[in-house]
Amino acid sequence: MPKSYRDGLPITPDKFVDQLMRLKRGSISRRDFLGLTGLGVATAVMARELGIMPTPAFAAENLGDRMSIATWPNYHDPQTFENFKAETGVAVEVNVFGSNEEMLAKLQAGGSGWSLFVPTNYTISTYKKLGIIEALDMAKLGNFDGKSEDARFTAEGTIDGTIYAVPKNWGTTGFAVNTKKLAKPMSSWKEFWDTAMAEGDGRAMVHDYQLTTIGNALKYYGYSFNSLKQDELAKAEELLLKVKPHLFAVSSDYQPGMRAGDAWMTMCWTNDGAQLHRDVPEIAYVLGKEGGEIWTDFYAIPKDAPNKPAGYALLNYLMNPKVAVKEHLANGAPSTDARVNALLPKEVLDNPILYPAADLLKPLEFGAAATLTDPGRAELMARFKSA
Amino acid sequence: MRRSLFRKNLVTALLLAPATLWLVVFLVLPFVAIAVFSVGERAPEGGYQAALTFAQYANLPARATAFWNTMVLAPAGALACLLVAYPVAYYLALRAPQRWRLILLALIVIPFWTSLLMRTYAWMYILGGRGIPALLAYVGIEDLRLINTPGAVLLGIVYGYLPLMILPIYVSLERLDRRLLEASADLGATPLSTFLGVTLRLSLPGVMTGFSLVMILLLGEYLIPTLLGGGKVFFIGNALVDLFLQSRNWPFGSAIAITLVLVSVVVLIVANRISTRLSGARRVDLI
Repeated sequence: MPKSYRDGLPITPDKFVDQLMRLKRGSISRRDFLGLTGLGVATAVMARELGIMPTPAFAAENLGDRMSIATWPNYHDPQTFENFKAETGVAVEVNVFGSNEEMLAKLQAGGSGWSLFVPTNYTISTYKKLGIIEALDMAKLGNFDGKSEDARFTAEGTIDGTIYAVPKNWGTTGFAVNTKKLAKPMSSWKEFWDTAMAEGDGRAMVHDYQLTTIGNALKYYGYSFNSLKQDELAKAEELLLKVKPHLFAVSSDYQPGMRAGDAWMTMCWTNDGAQLHRDVPEIAYVLGKEGGEIWTDFYAIPKDAPNKPAGYALLNYLMNPKVAVKEHLANGAPSTDARVNALLPKEVLDNPILYPAADLLKPLEFGAAATLTDPGRAELMARFKSA
Repeated sequence: MRRSLFRKNLVTALLLAPATLWLVVFLVLPFVAIAVFSVGERAPEGGYQAALTFAQYANLPARATAFWNTMVLAPAGALACLLVAYPVAYYLALRAPQRWRLILLALIVIPFWTSLLMRTYAWMYILGGRGIPALLAYVGIEDLRLINTPGAVLLGIVYGYLPLMILPIYVSLERLDRRLLEASADLGATPLSTFLGVTLRLSLPGVMTGFSLVMILLLGEYLIPTLLGGGKVFFIGNALVDLFLQSRNWPFGSAIAITLVLVSVVVLIVANRISTRLSGARRVDLI
């Protein structure tokens, strides 16, 4: 396993600036930008030359020479897209997002230009309801094997027996702690929030994301991560407003702060936790014993995808266990696919950040669809951020 | 006679056509769309659904903090900019050797060639734990935190908008008739009272232009507080981003956007009035 997933990154300063300017011209959101610069996911494979040599495997359909994917920061092995381009001639442009809400906003507005994207489990039913995503044509996805998938993680991709999305990987939402700065061992969300107001004053980060920030505040009181109950949300709001003045930042771009030592503790997703721990060993990843979020990210194809053949081709390519295994080594999130797990090195499978003990997983909840569109939670988040 | 007038009008129309078309397509039409959205309702899954209601405007107090923060940040940031910019402009216009002037002006403008986004992001690393604090640690100042503080936001604002303040002030000082300064001295004024009574007074149009320019841009600012302030302080710009991209409450976001535009117009008018009165001039150029 290479020391850093950034090794061999194909980005040059020129390309980086180019990507930046492209974003600037378009509708840049700050998270696009953060994702891109944060840790160089600008990896965005901005191949410019036209590809011309489709291999026989893909020759049946005209794939064009470019497509666009919407995904998360630090989420792919940049080499994957390079290899895909070498095999098919299709250059993949990578758009990076910070929240499912933002992806949904772009797709609702129309003309996103994506031929593949990576929604999280709890959003798929909404996409289907709004008629934004395709029922997948499984004949085009020969590399996908439903039988090798762990049903716990794939369920939400299938609605009324139709497959709308296939899983990429799963993960958890816990918190990362710099144990050199905060030596006291922690194991719960209660400790996370209490420490943020005490030893960690001015050094803790929470996500700029209603689902996890409100959800993990709800866990302080032992309520459901997905609660929409007025009185429970009011308690969570009380806690959030109390913690707010003590925070280092409200941001989902927490890797730079943690790496630089400015932030000592942050809400954190599995894959970021694994990357941080790999590069900065004193950063530990903790799951709250009260519970919290477990999630699966899926691949789905928008109905208005400009290049569906390439979208299917890339998806099928990514479902190849030999390709997928490299993705998991790069982004550090655990796989849902038994065929991939069989190929992963033992030290990855034994890594408790990726594959936590069963008793820690048990209380975790998948995010609920209702939180995505609930105005109450959105307004709570706005009050927290403006406090 | 009549024909040449017609030709003149035709030429005028042709000259104005590209700009008019541009403004109609990219300014007027989007503004109309936003105005229509603002009297609509949020669809259950987010976005917009048609309606005719002023509920969104009635809900404006829900973002009162954001408005308040912005109303404080914008003048304060513009003032900080002014305090830094005036001496620079003064030096450039009245003290700098002629042959250096152009080069110095160019140096002020050159940072504009790089996107504000990128320059602000660079500050994140300069102020972050591996930047200035790491250097200070060598001389024994440990665990100093600069990033995500109000000071960092102010620094980012002054840094980002400084050229916009310097240039108009420079222009008005440059036009200053030096003989007035001599006359003032001859009549027995001290250098300080000459500065206050002549130089400053005559440069006020430039000051007000720079001030309103920076202030209006700051009314919509969200990037600098997010990157250098850690997203802990919420401005109207941040409220707009969240409403359109996170909660997808387009009608409410539109109502706020319209309100922000109205506020900006009022700010412009007031700045113009003040400027006209102070300088005694009949007309003031606001860029």
